[in-house]
Amino acid sequence: MRLRTLVLREIFERKSQLFTSFLAILLGITVIVSIKNITHFSEGAIAQEMDSLGANILVLPKSASLQEYYSADLQSETIPEEYVAQLAMSDLAGIDNVSPKLSVPVQIREKTFTLTGILPTNEFQAKKAWGGAGILSRPVGCGNSVGMMESDDKKTLSRKKIISTLEENEVLVGSEVAAYLGLKDADAAEADSPEADSSKAASPEPASLELLGKKFTVTAVLPSTGTVDDSRIFAHLHTVQDLAKKGPVVNAIEIIGCCHEISDGLVGKLNSLLPDAKVITVSQIVQSQQRINGMMSNLSLMFLVIIVFVGGASIANYMYANVFERRREIGTLMALGADSRLVLKVFLLKALLLGGAGGIGGYILGSILAMVLGPQLAGIRVWPMWELAIAAMVISIGLTLVASFFPARRAARLDPCATFQEI
Amino acid sequence: MLKMENVSKTYQHRGQTVTALNNATVHIPRGDFVSVVGPSGSGKSTLLLMLGGMLSPSEGRILMEDQSVYDMIPSDRARLRREKVGFVFQTFNLVTYLSALENVQIPLFLANMDEKAQEERAVALLERVGLGDRLHHKPCELSVGQQQRVALARMLANDPAVILADEPTGNLDPETSRQIIGFLEEFNGEGRTIVMVTHDPRAARRAKRLLKLADGAIVSENVVDVSEKLAQDKEDALDAA
Repeated sequence: MRLRTLVLREIFERKSQLFTSFLAILLGITVIVSIKNITHFSEGAIAQEMDSLGANILVLPKSASLQEYYSADLQSETIPEEYVAQLAMSDLAGIDNVSPKLSVPVQIREKTFTLTGILPTNEFQAKKAWGGAGILSRPVGCGNSVGMMESDDKKTLSRKKIISTLEENEVLVGSEVAAYLGLKDADAAEADSPEADSSKAASPEPASLELLGKKFTVTAVLPSTGTVDDSRIFAHLHTVQDLAKKGPVVNAIEIIGCCHEISDGLVGKLNSLLPDAKVITVSQIVQSQQRINGMMSNLSLMFLVIIVFVGGASIANYMYANVFERRREIGTLMALGADSRLVLKVFLLKALLLGGAGGIGGYILGSILAMVLGPQLAGIRVWPMWELAIAAMVISIGLTLVASFFPARRAARLDPCATFQEI
Repeated sequence: MLKMENVSKTYQHRGQTVTALNNATVHIPRGDFVSVVGPSGSGKSTLLLMLGGMLSPSEGRILMEDQSVYDMIPSDRARLRREKVGFVFQTFNLVTYLSALENVQIPLFLANMDEKAQEERAVALLERVGLGDRLHHKPCELSVGQQQRVALARMLANDPAVILADEPTGNLDPETSRQIIGFLEEFNGEGRTIVMVTHDPRAARRAKRLLKLADGAIVSENVVDVSEKLAQDKEDALDAA
């Protein structure tokens, strides 16, 4: 005979009475675990979706506005390209990609287009000083640069805003520009206009283009995006800086920041890092992410509150009834030499076992439920999370112990005279 | 062994003061067998509870082996019950969800005995009361006489010096009552002190002394006449035959 034997025997003897309380805690934990599990993977999926929408932070000159940037991003104000190095070398977490830009107008025949200088990712890698710290040494995982660094497909620029290599005499043209010039396709594109100075139809040579007095090879025609990028021509940033005779400056630095870190104050940190620039977020993207995350968190919290009250009340009620029913037994134990502490232990151990079983059962059921419902409700694959097993145990055991404490204390203070027929 | 010195017990019931025991003084020497008799509500069980360290008096002192029971802290009093006192109840008070063996193991578990030793001692005790073949039966699977015998075995588990029995034959048929009283006499013969509350005059006459209570006061204290005791033994033997 041990304390555990005494408690377990009683539990199994009166299991039907225990069933409803156990069910309350089991279902409660199941619901919390499944919601938290689905929410976790859903948040991850949403964050990735949001991140893939493109840059969500802009570094602009102090005087520039977001409206100006979106209308043409041709503002005369510039910021030093050195800011890119500062960003890359900083230890700020959550910066997934940095894309500096310098835009200048170019005239092709009767029409004006925008020549935009961009920095390919291999430029970052080439700078050894940046290799020990900064974004290249940080693991990336939230944004669209994942898996893109090694890609040599120039068309990724239109979709991911990232390009891995771009030579000084190479350009990529937007779909609108390509249509105007009669260019048809990417790397092996041919031009049939005189201005394009292209090779003929039979030739495999790529098309070329003269801009601001410099001859460029068209390495890709970008797919249509329906944005201002369709009327752009992209060249290497340093080439555009030379042609524009503006020195090592840029109009804007687009940053893809992980939404989670933006929520945690990344913009403020960037402002501190670059006090002479204006750092702004594309608020709609971030806000919608925060709103969805907040909604999920509130839902989990709401269920947690319900479980605490309903489950706690159910357990407390059961325990009070159990103490009342067992008062003769408690008195007998005291007459046989048990002290109040042992009686308290009997009831708290019962609560612990109840909570433990509810926590384990709730975690298993909740995880299964999340794995089944996740793909159906949220269209995502869900896997069990061990962190939730710990949380489920802590909540379940904590709840049953707290709810059982007062009934257990009442049992420990019970008048042992109740064991006798008369007083 | 046991002393009550000017002990009174009063409590409040619906605004009225009820006196359960009034200025009782009793001395019970080691090895005595005392029957406490009296009408319902006369304070018999109150006296028993107080002797067992389960109910503190409003006035007076209770001593067990010259130690004032109610001057001890509660945990020491629990230890005293565990080591020196054995209770027997009218309704047996067996733990319903435990087997006979496990019920007898309870006092041994409370005394922190290891499980193997607990089991060996519990088996020996159940065999002593003739229940060696009912070790794993639950109380509901035993007759009332068997249940009281399990309770006796449990009471003996920690080898108590004092046995306090509250109407131990109250729920039993005459034959089983005789068996139980026989066991109590046997335990008394081993040198244990017994205080037994009873309504049964035949059971009361089997003790060495008779204590009569009425309205919370001890009204008489007599030694049971040996001839009366012998006559009772004879009567019991005839009934048994």
